[in-house]
Amino acid sequence: MAKNNVKLMQGNEACVEGALAAGMKFFAGYPITPSTEIAEISSLRLPKVGGKFIQMEDEIAGMAAIIGGSLAGLKSMTATSGPGFSLKQENLGYAAIAEVPCVIVNVQRGGPSTGLPTSPAQGDIMQAKWGTHGDHPIIALSPSSVRETFDLTVKAFNFAEKYRTPVILLTDEVIGHMREKIEIPSPDEIEIIDRVQPKSGLEEYKPYEVNEDQLVPDMAPYGGEYRFHVTGLVHDETGFPSNDSNVAESLLNRIMKKIDNNIDDIALYEEYKLEDAEVAIIAYGSTARSAKSAVDMARAEGIKAGLFRPMTIWPFLDKQVTEVSKKVDNVIVAEMNLGQYVIEVERAGNKHTKVSKCCKANGQLITPDEILAKIKEV
Amino acid sequence: MSNQCEIRLSGSGGQGLILGGIILAEAALNDGKNAVQSQSYGPEARGGASKAEVIISDNDINYPKVRECDILLSLTQLACDEYLHTLKENGVLVIDESVKTPDRDDIKVYSLPILKTASEKIRKPMVANIVALAVINQITKVTTKESLEGAVLKRVPRGTEDINTNALKEGFNLVNA
Repeated sequence: MAKNNVKLMQGNEACVEGALAAGMKFFAGYPITPSTEIAEISSLRLPKVGGKFIQMEDEIAGMAAIIGGSLAGLKSMTATSGPGFSLKQENLGYAAIAEVPCVIVNVQRGGPSTGLPTSPAQGDIMQAKWGTHGDHPIIALSPSSVRETFDLTVKAFNFAEKYRTPVILLTDEVIGHMREKIEIPSPDEIEIIDRVQPKSGLEEYKPYEVNEDQLVPDMAPYGGEYRFHVTGLVHDETGFPSNDSNVAESLLNRIMKKIDNNIDDIALYEEYKLEDAEVAIIAYGSTARSAKSAVDMARAEGIKAGLFRPMTIWPFLDKQVTEVSKKVDNVIVAEMNLGQYVIEVERAGNKHTKVSKCCKANGQLITPDEILAKIKEV
Repeated sequence: MSNQCEIRLSGSGGQGLILGGIILAEAALNDGKNAVQSQSYGPEARGGASKAEVIISDNDINYPKVRECDILLSLTQLACDEYLHTLKENGVLVIDESVKTPDRDDIKVYSLPILKTASEKIRKPMVANIVALAVINQITKVTTKESLEGAVLKRVPRGTEDINTNALKEGFNLVNA
């Protein structure tokens, strides 16, 4: 018989389990297919662990509410899909500049607009990075299995808290809705990171003050003993708005550097049969499962294929993709859109190798055969 | 891939095929195997053609969707017409007796009174999915009997254990008869 902690679970369910394991205490959202189970299960589970769930009037309010929940000190998450992700962009920018830790799950479906509500896609790759205006830091993670959905949801909370930034879990309909075996790790196997609380006195506290070697300011719960101001305007270390170009420059530099300087900590990826590979597939999320099958099928026919699977989509894994590009004659990017991640791969890899794409955006998962055909073509 | 079994359960919406797929996958987990369950997912909750898909394997399962299946269950004519072509050569087709036996000599066909057993013998049409699972299990041994029973009892609503145990028994008997 299977062990007690081995379960058959849906990706969306594993996302909630991961969030709870990471310490989520607040969920706000507006249910949308194919992410609805995340809201549904959160509404059942949160009250049992002393947390709160609220269904807001719309997607925009759902995003605003988790910013408030997180500022007040609770680990907070929302979940959505394409149309809702578009609506959340303005407040996502607010979370980025105000440095509010939060997790936004986007279970991707076919777009644009209301598109294909029940079919998978990976069309929000660029939106995850550039959907909100202005230069801003972002972290986006993409799981390929139910277990990894659990693990990366925990990571998403950890990165959000550690770097005081919104983190996007960029999953898709296939991973969100499929059920597969998952062995839930025990609490002592799970690393949990909490935001750093200020140590200064109540009078001296400046909410955005950092030491010389510090990139992430300490964070007090809003509404508590420490009184401070939070704004989407450019602000100085007191949290109050400023038009000073030096203040603007130093704020923007710092919030970008806190991600860029820590990319080795944030970079999560898997390499599969790449050691002697002559052609490398680069794929993420559900497509990476097809790509792995395609690699095995190609190997069975004597073709030296391998897979590079980024779990960290943003920041882009420049160093690793460049290394892969130097090693192989061909790189094929497989993704369920008409060519998004491939643009970054071309930028990093074009001078070292030939980059091609295996793209599809008709609501169907790319099959191993389609990727194998592309391997044979290049 | 030879130790990988791909199963498609088809019928009409409301026949409990998705729950059937979940139970089958959990039974496989009980056997210590890997399993992936997915479904066609449309706006229609009742009626129309519905299907659930399960892949059972000793190894990791990468591509999670069923393409050509080893086992096809069709509880309605509509579903059989739609999915028969996806059944592999030498595959097993299980149909309700109300479905016309198709004209394919490269497959094994089992035509059994699954719906009638549920509605007349057990007097609960909604256990047709459980009868069907027992039939599939008895024919193909895709999971052990014990694992299937354990998975059924874990998933069915409290208070319906006896009815469902009975449905399993009648399903096993249909094949033995």
